[in-house]
Amino acid sequence: MEAVTKLDVDAVRADFPILKRMIGDRQLAYLDSAATSQKPVQVVEAMRRFTEHSNANISRSVHTLGAEATEAYEGARARIAAFIGAPSADEVVFTKNSTEAINLLAYAFQNGSLDPSADPRFRLGPGDEIVVTEMEHHANLVPWQQLAQRTGATLKWIGITDAGRLDVDSIPEVITERCKIISFVHVANLLGTVNPTSQITARAREVGALVGLDASQSVPHLPVDVTELGVDFIAFTGHKMLGPTGIGVLWAKADLLEAMPPFLTGGSMIKTVTMEGTTFAAAPAKFEAGTPPIAEAVGLAAAVDYLDQLGMENVRAHEKELAGYMLERLETVDGLTVVGPRVPIGRSATVSFTLEGVHPHDVGQVLDAEAVAVRVGHHCAKPTCVRFGVTATTRASAYVYNTHEEIDRLVAALGQVRKVFG
Amino acid sequence: MNLDELYQEVILDHYKRPRGAGLREPYEGESHQVNPTCGDEITLRVHVDGGTIGDVSYENVGCSISKASASVMYELVNGATVDDALARLSEFTELMNSKGQSEGDEETLEDAVAFAGVSKYPMRVKCALLGWMAFKDALVRAEASIPGRTDA
Ligand SMILES: Cc1ncc(COP(=O)(O)O)c(C=O)c1O
Repeated sequence: MEAVTKLDVDAVRADFPILKRMIGDRQLAYLDSAATSQKPVQVVEAMRRFTEHSNANISRSVHTLGAEATEAYEGARARIAAFIGAPSADEVVFTKNSTEAINLLAYAFQNGSLDPSADPRFRLGPGDEIVVTEMEHHANLVPWQQLAQRTGATLKWIGITDAGRLDVDSIPEVITERCKIISFVHVANLLGTVNPTSQITARAREVGALVGLDASQSVPHLPVDVTELGVDFIAFTGHKMLGPTGIGVLWAKADLLEAMPPFLTGGSMIKTVTMEGTTFAAAPAKFEAGTPPIAEAVGLAAAVDYLDQLGMENVRAHEKELAGYMLERLETVDGLTVVGPRVPIGRSATVSFTLEGVHPHDVGQVLDAEAVAVRVGHHCAKPTCVRFGVTATTRASAYVYNTHEEIDRLVAALGQVRKVFG
Repeated sequence: MNLDELYQEVILDHYKRPRGAGLREPYEGESHQVNPTCGDEITLRVHVDGGTIGDVSYENVGCSISKASASVMYELVNGATVDDALARLSEFTELMNSKGQSEGDEETLEDAVAFAGVSKYPMRVKCALLGWMAFKDALVRAEASIPGRTDA
């Protein structure tokens, strides 16, 4: 079965020293990449080389290091633009993470709503509607809730079916002529659902709404091409795609970036400043106030190089294989219920579940004693938990370096949980 | 990692058979506490009768550590004087903050010394303290309401 995937997992694992880590007397089985991925030596090395050799602030100094740092940072932007199929590097805005990228977008609407001369696409008020889904990470829910509260717009959402899929039948009803922005998750971090985008983008075109995609869990795991997706914005975060923490991306179409009011203001984002007022630089600089995460951008570019070398189609195939195996093996555990799609179609290798009579915290603790690292809790998706009538789940998530054997260890460790809690 | 040390028999027993569970009347103070990282919740009521804790009643969802801790707390503070209950609260809090360096005094903490092992697991200390935090808060509210009480 493994022959169908073209990933040489042993070779991949050799690039991740942390996977050799012992927890107690057992080797780590890291099944928590949906929370954050591990980083290969290539990423750490690229950041170290930059820091030791070329570190300087960007776009400010004429000295050699300043020029090298600027080139490294802008080179990283171009690298990431190519990775997601963006027509221009200027459409890539670096942020701190996905959360900041989504806030940048939500604040463009908020600031636009306060400015009568702003582009009407970014002006919201009572009667306007914002649409999300019931399966959002809090990062793609709370900023929109706040925006709705502050502008008087109405927040609506597309529900979830019992099978853990978006209720696409309700799309025409939820997304109306009043809708100005739809922001939804591409791959859900609790359920593992991969959402189809075409029905939503088609409906958005019909009603003239903009579309944002929270791609935090898709860009790391699937080939993502922004022109093929036909959306207006995507957000993703470096640390979930083999890159460092402290860097994320907002991609947006050039004409939208031009129309959007800035979020954070200050140095590096201006054209001219007087005591009376300021004019802003063109995008992406307009959205990158202050000294950006420079070494982190270099690290993210190295992560993207690494993923490209593996081939995103191969990454997807490897994870599809692991998702199928994980679902099949978990179904054999007594009292275990998968929360989310139960078939490896249209889903990621992130599987949430409950174990009858045992709280996820206790599951996670026993698994840790077996050196199996999973996440437990509400996974920053409380409304999804409520939808499925649970307060928390245990979630195992796989990535390029995970093996069938690690999934076997997860299943064996779940047997251990039963022993402790009877 | 020694699981037996964390999941002592006493803890599993309180988890499976929680003492004093359920919300009851009368009460003067009520508190609702949540652990935002894991979603565990407790609603707890305190009834103060003269200088003693007349009843502690609670409803909670959570892991074995947070549920067992609430149950053990019930046994320790129910019927105790307010002063003794507060002394147990600070003793238990100190034990939880001991990072595995303290065994706890069985004379005063009774079953609660079983939680000494929990203090080595920083991610679980909050679970063990959730019920106690609710008790502390509910007691403050109860005491604040007492001077105005007419039915005492
Ligand atoms: C779907 C989704 N959106 C947004 C985020 C937020 O990412 P970050 O915390 O890096 O901003 C996450 C990560 O937890 C996620 O899984």
